[in-house]
Amino acid sequence: MTLLVTRNQIVVPGEVLARGSGLKAGGGVYRKTINHEVEICASMIGLAQVRKNRIGVVPLEGCYIPLEGDIIIGLITRVGVTSWNVDIRGPYVGTLKVGNVIDRDFDSLRESLDRILQVGDIIKAQITYFDRTRDPVLTLQGRGLRKINIGRLIEVDPVKIPRIIGKKGSMIQLLKNMTNTQIIVGQNGRIVIIATDIRIENLVERSIRKIEAEAHTSGLTDRIREFLEKEKKQLFKRSEEDE
Amino acid sequence: MRSNEIISSLERKYLSDLIAKGNRMDGRGFWESRPIQIIPNVVKKAEGSAMVKWGDTVVLAGVKIQLGSPFPDTPNDGVITVNLELSPISSPSHESGPPGPEAIEMARIVDRGIRESQIIPMDDPKLCVIPGKSVWILFVDIYILDDGGNLIDASALAAMAALANTRLNLLSIDEETEEVSLLEETEALPRNGSVASCTFAKINDTIIYDPNLIEDRGKSARFSVAVTNEGLVSSMQKGESGTFFEEEILTMLEKASERTKELHNLIEQSSQAPELQEMFRFDF
Amino acid sequence: MNKEKRSLLLEDGRRLDGRELHELRPITMRTGVLDRADGSCYLTWGNNKIICAIYGPRELHPKHLARPDKAIVRVEYRLATFSVDERKSPAPRRREYELSKILAESINKILFLEKFPNGTIDVFITVLDADGGTRCAALTAASLGLADAGIPMNGILTGCAVGKVDGKMVVDLSDIEDKEGEGDMPIVMIHNTGELTLLQSDGKLTVEEVKEGLKLAETAIGKIYQMQRKALLAKYSQIEDQLDEIDDEEE
Repeated sequence: MTLLVTRNQIVVPGEVLARGSGLKAGGGVYRKTINHEVEICASMIGLAQVRKNRIGVVPLEGCYIPLEGDIIIGLITRVGVTSWNVDIRGPYVGTLKVGNVIDRDFDSLRESLDRILQVGDIIKAQITYFDRTRDPVLTLQGRGLRKINIGRLIEVDPVKIPRIIGKKGSMIQLLKNMTNTQIIVGQNGRIVIIATDIRIENLVERSIRKIEAEAHTSGLTDRIREFLEKEKKQLFKRSEEDE
Repeated sequence: MRSNEIISSLERKYLSDLIAKGNRMDGRGFWESRPIQIIPNVVKKAEGSAMVKWGDTVVLAGVKIQLGSPFPDTPNDGVITVNLELSPISSPSHESGPPGPEAIEMARIVDRGIRESQIIPMDDPKLCVIPGKSVWILFVDIYILDDGGNLIDASALAAMAALANTRLNLLSIDEETEEVSLLEETEALPRNGSVASCTFAKINDTIIYDPNLIEDRGKSARFSVAVTNEGLVSSMQKGESGTFFEEEILTMLEKASERTKELHNLIEQSSQAPELQEMFRFDF
Repeated sequence: MNKEKRSLLLEDGRRLDGRELHELRPITMRTGVLDRADGSCYLTWGNNKIICAIYGPRELHPKHLARPDKAIVRVEYRLATFSVDERKSPAPRRREYELSKILAESINKILFLEKFPNGTIDVFITVLDADGGTRCAALTAASLGLADAGIPMNGILTGCAVGKVDGKMVVDLSDIEDKEGEGDMPIVMIHNTGELTLLQSDGKLTVEEVKEGLKLAETAIGKIYQMQRKALLAKYSQIEDQLDEIDDEEE
């Protein structure tokens, strides 16, 4: 095999990453055969990944593709007779059935679903079933799954979510601990920040925007820690001056 | 905010809690504006143009001129029309197709501000080529390119700045045949001062100036006022189902008179830019 | 209008704007310029100015247009009313409908649509200032917008028009050369594979001239592709440069 890129090199769609036999295609790439030779090409802009003979691209841009088990933040867009439509961003519309919201029996003749959830409500839900041919199925039954009533909703590139969460949650823990805020992260690129002070809330959003912009660089956790320390110091200095 | 046509109940609650505490999401005071940037003279094919970035709203206005017939009741006056397109480029909630009621209302608000203030004197002899037969017709076309809220003020500013950069061709007229030919040489479109718009939004019982996108979607009432550089009110428009009290209107008029001074300065600074400006340097 | 035929080449053999026969006009491209769109690109090419917004893949309304096996692509090419010599009426004209259709056919070729059944990918292109060669510029910009939106694609479209002016084959026709020249041949290719996705021509060209034109276009498209690549990477390399600067300051 001939490798034409280096690890973590930023590549663009259509770019040939490797040529030869025995190549395996990871995510973000496609394979084609030219003159009996296999080529692996990037299908998205992103960072080239090479693991033995498996070539892939970690995308730097892209929409949200649901995975079973994902925790997402959804927006109720339609109330039906026995289910809701949920905007989960991206190409698919989530379905939330009443049986996955309440434990008791629901009588659709006597009760109306919008007494439980209304159009415009924001929920933290989980994807229980998805196979691309059918719309993703959601549930509100599970630990921490619920309607979200307070907080600031922001949207980020869904492909940047793994970076915002960090390895084993390290980045998001750093953010929460250093700012003393509650942060709900949806895999679909929606985040709710709950802070007591608007300045801290703004700081959290700015930090998230920084992670989003610098997602392709290394040493990010350390930089965010430094950033938070510096900004917090300035915030407190300013509030002392105010008093 | 991408892909969201509905303001969520979470955002609505967040917004009203925040405003009740005297805060805005972007840290502004209630009467404070977002940063404004005008780049005049950006479109080569237009006789006048300007790009406006107002917060994260981006608007492009262009003026085309052509010779045409006057209206029968004003045979010696030029003609001006204002169109506005909520381009699907600007937001996932704007669809392509002919302008809907929202775009038409905005176009008419901008139109009235300019027309009624007589900032562009349509009866100026320079606009009349052959009385009763041929006058200059000004087409002001506004394209919303990025909808970050408060489209009315951004559109009015872009239209005004485009007019302030508009040049008319000098003409030669054959006295016998009345045949008109355009010369290469141009002169500035006649203009007496400027007009600028101020838009306020009511959220719960609080009035704020220059709503951003979420504030725009969460408002119950809107009030726009166009004020000339001489302090005259040339048009007003109250919008949405919410209501205002008299003293609220008076406060807004006072704030608008104060605020438009800076906008008039911005218009004068960007007036008649000699060279074609490079939009590429524009920080979208 | 004065219809007298004028020469489109200067005495020294250069073109009216001072270019050599095979020289491109200056081109600039920037991605991610719009906050609301999923992907976007602003491109200037000579005096052409084009903005392009991409939405999707997203749910398709009305639903009956949806295809169960793949996403559909909707392309809208529009000229701003003030982008041309005579003000254009705001309603789209036949030319805009035709171009929207053929641009969509090119874009269809480069996207992996089967990944998004029932969905749509919407491409909105508006020419803000027109100066000849807008369809090639439009696809060049749209490809960058699609890559910026992170839509899976098998290549990037790159376009350039060639044509005949005063009997000579030239690259990248300006508005005047397009209107008053003897022939115009817009070409769009996937540079990495050499496939042609768009080819049109009007005017009088010999088969030999078409052959020469194709060669010239291929070379020009190679150069423009490199600019596209650079523009796509610019968003990330700028951040890296800024970080390096901060590091240097700290040392």
